[in-house]
Amino acid sequence: MTENNVMNEISIEPVIRIAGVTKSFGSNQVLKGIDLDVGKGQVIAIIGPSGSGKTTLLRCINFLEEYDGGSIRIDGVEVGYKGGAGERRRRRSDRELATLRVDAAMVFQQFNLFPHLTAAQNVMLGLVKSRGKTKSDARHIAEKWLTRVGLADKFDALPSQLSGGQQQRVGIARAVAMEPKVLLLDEITSALDPELVGEVLAVVKELAVEGRTMILVTHEMAFAKEVADRVVFTDQGHIVIDAPPASVFDEQPNERLRAFLSRFDVVGP
Amino acid sequence: MTLYLQTLPFLLDGLLITLLVSVGVVLLSILVGIPAGCALVFGPLWARVPIRLYADFVRGVPILVLLYFVYYGLPAIKVNLPSLTAAIVALTAFKTAQIIEIARGAFQSIPIGQTEAAKSIGLGLFDRFVYVLAPQAVRRFLPPFINSVVDTVKGSSLVSLLGIVDLMLSLQQVIGRTHVALPLYAMGALMYFAINFPLSALSRRLERRFV
Repeated sequence: MTENNVMNEISIEPVIRIAGVTKSFGSNQVLKGIDLDVGKGQVIAIIGPSGSGKTTLLRCINFLEEYDGGSIRIDGVEVGYKGGAGERRRRRSDRELATLRVDAAMVFQQFNLFPHLTAAQNVMLGLVKSRGKTKSDARHIAEKWLTRVGLADKFDALPSQLSGGQQQRVGIARAVAMEPKVLLLDEITSALDPELVGEVLAVVKELAVEGRTMILVTHEMAFAKEVADRVVFTDQGHIVIDAPPASVFDEQPNERLRAFLSRFDVVGP
Repeated sequence: MTLYLQTLPFLLDGLLITLLVSVGVVLLSILVGIPAGCALVFGPLWARVPIRLYADFVRGVPILVLLYFVYYGLPAIKVNLPSLTAAIVALTAFKTAQIIEIARGAFQSIPIGQTEAAKSIGLGLFDRFVYVLAPQAVRRFLPPFINSVVDTVKGSSLVSLLGIVDLMLSLQQVIGRTHVALPLYAMGALMYFAINFPLSALSRRLERRFV
């Protein structure tokens, strides 16, 4: 189903292995058999028209969305279900899911910061409650990450006191502080004013450069071209193209991709 | 002037009963209503259905009907409650239904993204509830809750119809003896107002602060 699958270039066991994943909302099948492997340290940009299933796919990876068929494994562990081949699959308990989800922390389009907690407390909560850190360790880690994302003077600010770009950088710090095996970024600049997009993307680029495994759903084509190792183009529930950015943006090897990219004027060869 | 000074202790006794009924009703209905409201949001279907039915039914019945049902109706099945107890039971039944709704609304108005963010940093149901949802629910709960307390104080005047000498009935008794209606009703109204106005003001402040 996928053309130009470049996964075979990678010899090591992938961090994420998605095989034949299907998902329907009622009678509307939004994922029609998705196969995708992500190697350690790879940055994958998923692009595609709205309704193509890209956000749904991302949400399946940490099981915020349940998938109907197929399998998603993080480091060999099936995400949402247990039960081997042939057995009837059973949904994991909330506790098991909680443990697994930390491995795929997500940054959200709407930030979803906890409004009653300060920036530092937002980052600390998961460290203390799911990573078992002491409060002072967690505070230390939180301050380290908030400093990394340029918010050294905002440790004790409430989300309501921060700009959108600052809030989203807290969101990134909160996710990445968990040291997830993969970082999921769901259109993280779509809700931002244009002048605030740059500061958020700069942070993501740094994370990419230092070799974190990331999957990002994005409409920032220029950014995808710049940071992604592979660009995945989804359309109507299928992965149509999975190729290096140069190939996707410069050669535009597919009619539907060309139609999609023609709506963006930022990508030149 | 002497008239008012003479009647004041009597009215204050009535006020005390009004406060006793109101505080009792509010405390009891919180005790039952908040857990029931949480169960309505987070509980399994077998818990949600009866709570839903209860809340819908009771809120659809006039409080006076509930009062008479408990005081005059229940003796038919050998449940004889003294008037004050019957009044508190009936008003609590009503208030509990309201608290259930307020608690449900407080939780359900929290954007789903909060739960998703909490899940994505590995919090289980308990931690999500305690550290993410409950603190936000409290802020959403307080303003409508305080309004509901005001309603309780005002609505408690209905217990006078069971012969309980609350502020309302003590007013009527004094007026019956003195035939001085207007100033005494005004005084009674001011007493209700003196309790409720600070509550309303507090509610408005909380709304400004949290919403």
